[in-house]
Amino acid sequence: MLSVPVLIALTMLAVAASLTFLRLAKGPTLPDRVIAIDLIGVLLVCILVVMAGITALQAFLDVAMVVALISFVGTVAYAQYIEREGS
Amino acid sequence: MIEWLSGGLIIAGATLALLAGVGVLRMPDVFTRMQASTKASTLGLGCLLAAVALRNPEVSFVVRAASIGAFMLLTTAVAAHIIARAAARSGAPIWKGTLVDERPRHITGPDTK
Repeated sequence: MLSVPVLIALTMLAVAASLTFLRLAKGPTLPDRVIAIDLIGVLLVCILVVMAGITALQAFLDVAMVVALISFVGTVAYAQYIEREGS
Repeated sequence: MIEWLSGGLIIAGATLALLAGVGVLRMPDVFTRMQASTKASTLGLGCLLAAVALRNPEVSFVVRAASIGAFMLLTTAVAAHIIARAAARSGAPIWKGTLVDERPRHITGPDTK
């Protein structure tokens, strides 16, 4: 049941992810790129949640939770690295 | 009724996520980019989770959606704070139009603005 709002939402999420990838490629400093990676993780979680809504499968929500966890740990690790080494 | 409500919530959440993407691309420096990204993505994900929980009103879905929402509400703020501190300490450039720069001088130097 791929309704119209779901299609529009998936398109918008894909556009947002491409804009964020542009910032990831451009980003003048390292913190910019870390922010872009963090936002890509959040957008991936959003897409997984929408997929869980479409397919009514719980597994997508479990995967979304794991992606959120890993993304947070990765962001914290990058921040520690920046603070120690400088951008 | 539920269908309309969840469709509206999905559109609202996706719009907020799109605004986060546009903000990250268009904002002038690290700190403004970060506030665009974190606030919009948290509220957007909250709307999407509410839509999914409305569409599948079973205990397992609602509990998982609520736990993801609570986890993201907690960790997004912490991650934004840590990145902001790291960026400030590593002397990231700040936008020229900034009116108040509260970072201490010994970190930013006299003329990073």
